[in-house]
Amino acid sequence: MSAPTTTPAPGRPVPLRSERQHRRTFGGGGPLVYAIAAVVVVVTVAPVVYAFLGGFRSNAQLAANPVGLPDPWVLDNYAGVLSSASFWRYTLNSTLVALITTVVVAVFGVMAAYPLARYQFRGREALALVFTLGLLFPLTVAIIPLFLLVRDLDLTNSVWGVALPQAAFALPLTVVILRPFLAALPKELEEAAMIDGASRIGFFWRVLLPLSGPGLVTVGVLAFVASWNAYLLPLLVLSDPAAQTLPLGVASFSSQYAQDTAGVLAFTSIAMIPALVFFLAMQRRIVNGLQGAVKG
Amino acid sequence: MTARTTGADVAATARATSGAADRDTRSAAPARRSASGGGRRLSSGARKRLEIAFFTAPALVLLALFVVVPVLQAVRYSVFDWNGLGPLDDFVGLDNYARALRDTVFTGAVVNNFIIIALSILIQLPLGLAIALLLNREIRGRAFLRVVIFMPYVLAEVVAGVVWVLLLQPNGLVDAVVEGVGLGGLTQLWLGDPEIALGTVMVVLTWKYLGLAVLLFLAGLQGVPEDVYEAAQLDGASWWQVQRRITIPLLGPTIRTWGFLSMIGSLQLFDMVWILTGGGPANSTVTMAIYLVDQGTNRGLYGYASAVAVLLFAISLVLAVLYQYLVLRRDNEGAPAARKVTR
Repeated sequence: MSAPTTTPAPGRPVPLRSERQHRRTFGGGGPLVYAIAAVVVVVTVAPVVYAFLGGFRSNAQLAANPVGLPDPWVLDNYAGVLSSASFWRYTLNSTLVALITTVVVAVFGVMAAYPLARYQFRGREALALVFTLGLLFPLTVAIIPLFLLVRDLDLTNSVWGVALPQAAFALPLTVVILRPFLAALPKELEEAAMIDGASRIGFFWRVLLPLSGPGLVTVGVLAFVASWNAYLLPLLVLSDPAAQTLPLGVASFSSQYAQDTAGVLAFTSIAMIPALVFFLAMQRRIVNGLQGAVKG
Repeated sequence: MTARTTGADVAATARATSGAADRDTRSAAPARRSASGGGRRLSSGARKRLEIAFFTAPALVLLALFVVVPVLQAVRYSVFDWNGLGPLDDFVGLDNYARALRDTVFTGAVVNNFIIIALSILIQLPLGLAIALLLNREIRGRAFLRVVIFMPYVLAEVVAGVVWVLLLQPNGLVDAVVEGVGLGGLTQLWLGDPEIALGTVMVVLTWKYLGLAVLLFLAGLQGVPEDVYEAAQLDGASWWQVQRRITIPLLGPTIRTWGFLSMIGSLQLFDMVWILTGGGPANSTVTMAIYLVDQGTNRGLYGYASAVAVLLFAISLVLAVLYQYLVLRRDNEGAPAARKVTR
C-alpha cells in the first residue's frame, strides 16, 4: 500500500495462498488458541443458528424456554412461509432488482472502463476523475431528491426505480476496479487483433470482454450483494407490498406478526438462505473484490 | 456494502488522478495544435471520439441522472421550505441549516454518529486484530473460521436486525444467556432503555461488521514477507514480540484504510439502527441518516431534510479530508514498510 490505496493492481504478481500457508514460521496453536476460536465462532453463528432452530419451534416452546432445541420439531412455520405467495413475490422482486442492477452495472461499467483503460486521448484522466469523484457521494446523502426524482419519472413501485439508481451509485466503484484490470491485459493482444483486421470495437467484443470475465464477476457479485441487501432506497420507492423486496418483506412481516416469534424466525431464516448460499458459492470473489478495492 | 468500500480511496485517487490530469493537459496541448493542422488524421480522430462517446455515454448518463442531479437538487431544495409537492417558491435562505443546528435531536444525532465512529474503531480494531492474528496461525479449520467470521457482513442489515430484535427482547436468548452465567440481575430492556440502547446497538454493529476488519487485516497480513518472521525467529523473538514489533506495524496501512471505511460507514449508518430502535427510545440512538429520513419522508419536510443531507455530506467530507490528510498521508509517502520496520 505504498502507492495511493485505490485500485487493485492485477499486473502485480500475487503469491498463491497455498504457497504461503505452510511458510508461516510461527505454527499452529495450543488449546487456548482453539478455545478463543471456538468462542468467536459460537458468538458469530449463535444468532443465525438460533433463528434457524427457532423456526422449528412453536411460540409456546419459545416462551417456555428461550434456549433449547425444538421438541418436538415443528414444520408449520417454515411450511407457512414457503406456501405464502407474498414470500415468493418478495423473493422474485429482489431477484429482479438485483439482476437488473448487476447487468446494468457490469455492462455500463466495462464499457466505460474500456476507453479509460486502453485509449489515449485528451481529457482521459479528467473523465476518469468523474467516476472517482462519484465515490464521494453515498446514496444516503441524495436519498430525498432521488426519491422525488424516481417519483417524477413515474418509477415508484417499479423494479427499475430501485435498480437504476442503485446501478448508478455502484458504477463509480465498478469503473475504478475495472479500469486497471483492463489496462493490465497485454498490449500485444490488441496489436494482434488489429493485424487480424479487428477494429477497436471488434477487439472490445471478441477479445477484451471474454478476457475480463474474472473482473466482471467480482464487480457483479459486489453489486448483486449490495442490491440484494439494500433497504433505504426500496423503503422509500417501493410502498406497494406487491413491488417490495425481501428486506422490506422481512421488516414488514416482523412488525405485522410481532407476536408470532416463531413465524418471524422462520421467515427471516428463509430470507437468509439465498444470501448465505450465494455468499458460500461466491465467497472467494466477494473477499477478493473487497480486499482488492481497499488494498491495491 | 459498496458504500463502505467506496469512500476509502477517494481522496488518494483524486489526488493521484488530478496529478495525472495535469500532466495530460500539458502534454496534450502541443499535440492538439499539430493535430488540427493535419486533416488526414482528423477522420480517424473523429471516429475515435465517437467510439469514446459510445462506450462512456451510458455510464455517464446514468451517473448524471441518478447521482449528480439528485446531489445538486439536495443543495437546491435545502434553501427552500418545501413539502415535496407544491411549487418550489418559499425561499428561506439558510434557515433550514440554522434550524437543524439548533435542534437538539439533530445535534444529538451528530454526537451519536461520532460516538459510533469512536466506539467502532476502539472495539473492532483490537478485536479484529486479535482474530486476524489468530487466523494467521496454522490452526485447523482456518478456512472455515474465516468464512464463519465474515458471514454476518454478507447478511442483509434488515434480516440480521430483525433476528437481533428477537434475541434482545425480554426473555429472549440474550437474557437467557445472561441469566445462565449467573448474572440474572443484569438483564435489561436492552433496546428499550435510553441509557443503554446505544451500547446495545454497538454490540450488534460489532457482530455485523467485525468480519470486514478481520478480512482486511488478514489480507494485509498476507503481504508481510515471510523472511521477516524467519529473521526475527532466528534472533530469538517470541511470537508476541514478533506480532507487536513487526506484524502490527507492517499492518499499519491496512489498519488505517479500514479505519477510513469504518468511519464513513458509521457516518452513513441507517438500516441496522432503523430496524433495531428506529432512533429511539427518546432519540437516544438517532443518527444523522435516521433523522434525515424521518424528517423527509415521515414529516414531508423535504427542504429541511435536504439541508440535513447537505450537512451530513459536509461533515463526511471534512472528516474524510482530515483523515486523508492526518492519517493516510503517511502511507502515500516514501517506502512506508521499510520506514516502519526500522522505527
